[in-house]
Amino acid sequence: MTSATDPNFARPAPPTPVARAAREALFAAIIALGVFGPLLAFRTTQDMQNRLIVETRYGLIAIVVLLVFAGRFLLSLWFTRERPEAGPALGARLSGLMPQGLRDIVRTGLPPAALVALFVYPMMILSLTGGSGALKWIDNFGIQILIYVMLAWGLNIVVGLAGLLDLGYVAFYAVGAYAYALIATKVIPATFPGLGVWAFWICLPVAGILAAFWGVLLGFPVLRLRGDYLAIVTLAFGEIIRLVLINWTAFSNGYEGISTIPRPSFFGVPFNASDTGFAATFGLEFSPVYRTIFLYYVIVCLALITAWVSNRLRKLPVGRAWEALREDEIACRSLGINTVNTKLTAFAIGAMFGGFAGSFFAARQGFISPESFTFMESAVILAIVVLGGMGSLIGTAIAAVAMIGGTELLRELDWLKAIFGRDFDPAQYRMLIFGLAMVAIMVWKPRGFVSTRMPTAFLRSRRAVSADHVKEGHG
Amino acid sequence: MSEAILTVEHLTMRFGGLLAVNDLSFEARRGDITAVIGPNGAGKTTVFNCITGFYKPTQGRITMRHADGRTHLLERLADFRIAQEAKVARTFQNIRLFSGMTVLENLLVAQHNPLMSASGWSIGGILGLPAYGRAERRAIEKAAYWLDKCGLTDRADDPAGDLPYGPQRALEIARAMCTEPELLCLDEPAAGLNPRESLVLNDLLRFIRKEHGTSLLLIEHDMSVVMEISDHVVVLDYGIKISDGTPPEVREDPKVIAAYLGVDDSEVEKVEAEVGL
Repeated sequence: MTSATDPNFARPAPPTPVARAAREALFAAIIALGVFGPLLAFRTTQDMQNRLIVETRYGLIAIVVLLVFAGRFLLSLWFTRERPEAGPALGARLSGLMPQGLRDIVRTGLPPAALVALFVYPMMILSLTGGSGALKWIDNFGIQILIYVMLAWGLNIVVGLAGLLDLGYVAFYAVGAYAYALIATKVIPATFPGLGVWAFWICLPVAGILAAFWGVLLGFPVLRLRGDYLAIVTLAFGEIIRLVLINWTAFSNGYEGISTIPRPSFFGVPFNASDTGFAATFGLEFSPVYRTIFLYYVIVCLALITAWVSNRLRKLPVGRAWEALREDEIACRSLGINTVNTKLTAFAIGAMFGGFAGSFFAARQGFISPESFTFMESAVILAIVVLGGMGSLIGTAIAAVAMIGGTELLRELDWLKAIFGRDFDPAQYRMLIFGLAMVAIMVWKPRGFVSTRMPTAFLRSRRAVSADHVKEGHG
Repeated sequence: MSEAILTVEHLTMRFGGLLAVNDLSFEARRGDITAVIGPNGAGKTTVFNCITGFYKPTQGRITMRHADGRTHLLERLADFRIAQEAKVARTFQNIRLFSGMTVLENLLVAQHNPLMSASGWSIGGILGLPAYGRAERRAIEKAAYWLDKCGLTDRADDPAGDLPYGPQRALEIARAMCTEPELLCLDEPAAGLNPRESLVLNDLLRFIRKEHGTSLLLIEHDMSVVMEISDHVVVLDYGIKISDGTPPEVREDPKVIAAYLGVDDSEVEKVEAEVGL
């Protein structure tokens, strides 16, 4: 019996972590019982006489509630555990394990190492899997991921640097793809048929310029808009392009799309089994893998050009103006920066890289239709940019590998059938896992993989700017 | 007496039914520090926004006269052209720095226009032509000069958002000066500064006028700054100019005293008649 007047009165000791975790877990379990109880515990089925009966599944609900209890218990224990010191974040602690010299090597050596890996990747795959198996790995993983890396780097200029939220980026991708498809299948055969083998190399710059032009066209009306309003209008723009491609059948052949798009040549030497083909010219045995490898190197070069140009632009006045625009548009205008032109260049250059990627996409597929340019694509590209850390090239590349490579990899997980039974198809759960992973990453790193910003100029030493100061832009 | 650098004539700014500035005319002379003062809500910042193009005035004319005799009609120029061509720079009452960029980068952004042409509108810059490299080095030197003047050299590579309040104000002034203005408009530069920082600010403003020949127009509440450094004071109340003269003249003006301190009840009618209400 304790009371305030009791001389032996002592404050109750704070509950031990285990007791607290158990209490929280108990509450979670009760809630789980309330939520899942009606849903899982009872099921109506038909019995032998076709009567509707209620089937009870108390075992299942017990398992679920127990799982929730255990999960919450462990989570609580993990979060309230004694921390040795209020130390730096996990990443910093991990890198703190490395000596300074090693850390510098990792930081400066990572990009070149990644480059080398990028260039030897097809050879490595070829020697590991040989012939036909290599196609899938180079095409689905190599080329597919690199297309998204390039698209994300292009969108990064608009969203990451200039801070303009663009939900219709896929429109420029479509413009580039259709530009190549239409010019290569209709214009060139009608005018200069002799240029057929060069079609890709002629159309690539044309597609980029056309996409940039459409970027400016989109830019003009939306310049006065910000934030949510800008996002909605760009979203509408993306849909308009897609709907025009569907409905203007005379122009784009509607849903059926455009097929038999000429594949790129090795600078004039086509990849076919003929005597003048690539394999014969270089004295190799004909194999479709050569074209895939060639396409791989083309997209590697295109992506690297995108990275190089956007990195270079960032250090030029126009790039600084983009970032300044993201930070504070009114201050920009007070300093004599023409914000209209600055936004338009961001839209145009971002769109141009989207156009290049689209043109490459059409050349790789050989067939395009409006199905490939849905809002989902825009959303995935934007998700890559946000997940990677807006403005960071390395972060964006990592995010593209994780997202596109991850979803492709989920197609490969047949061994999961051994665990979940023969009916289990991991591909069906792709988007669920994908969404969970995104939520987890955003909880772990709210500003993306690489959230710090490297200054473009320095007086004494270049120090990264922490994400706390960098603004996301307001549209 | 030197010629006027900025002439404001019959400036009127209406927001719907609210008359924020009513038929205001005044002059700021070249080489002077002109202060615009007045109680809260008198329309000072509105006047500033009209001069720097952030508002389009309902009526009136604002003429900017450069040292070489060229004139610009500011009410007709877009806001960014006022900074770029008419050479009028401004700071903001609520500081507007590029907080995620370093102090140095803030000053480089301010030199956007000369750097842009040096980079051949980015084409030469992408190709890495040496002309841009030289221009950028000069821009960094100029930034370093202003950092030195504001005592921010040690913080040059820190994010601007990391600076304390006083240095942020100084950086905003340095950033405006990097655009090489003929007229610098400061919206409450001393707001939130402690007395010591105010003194440093006074010295900086005097230095800017003396060494760079930049004329200053400032809105200020801090009378120690206004009376100390300004050559000419314009007093606004309810969008109307109630006094115009040297600091001692303005200080003695009964209308100004009435506007700031109020008057005895017995004198209200007399003063109202004087002021013209």
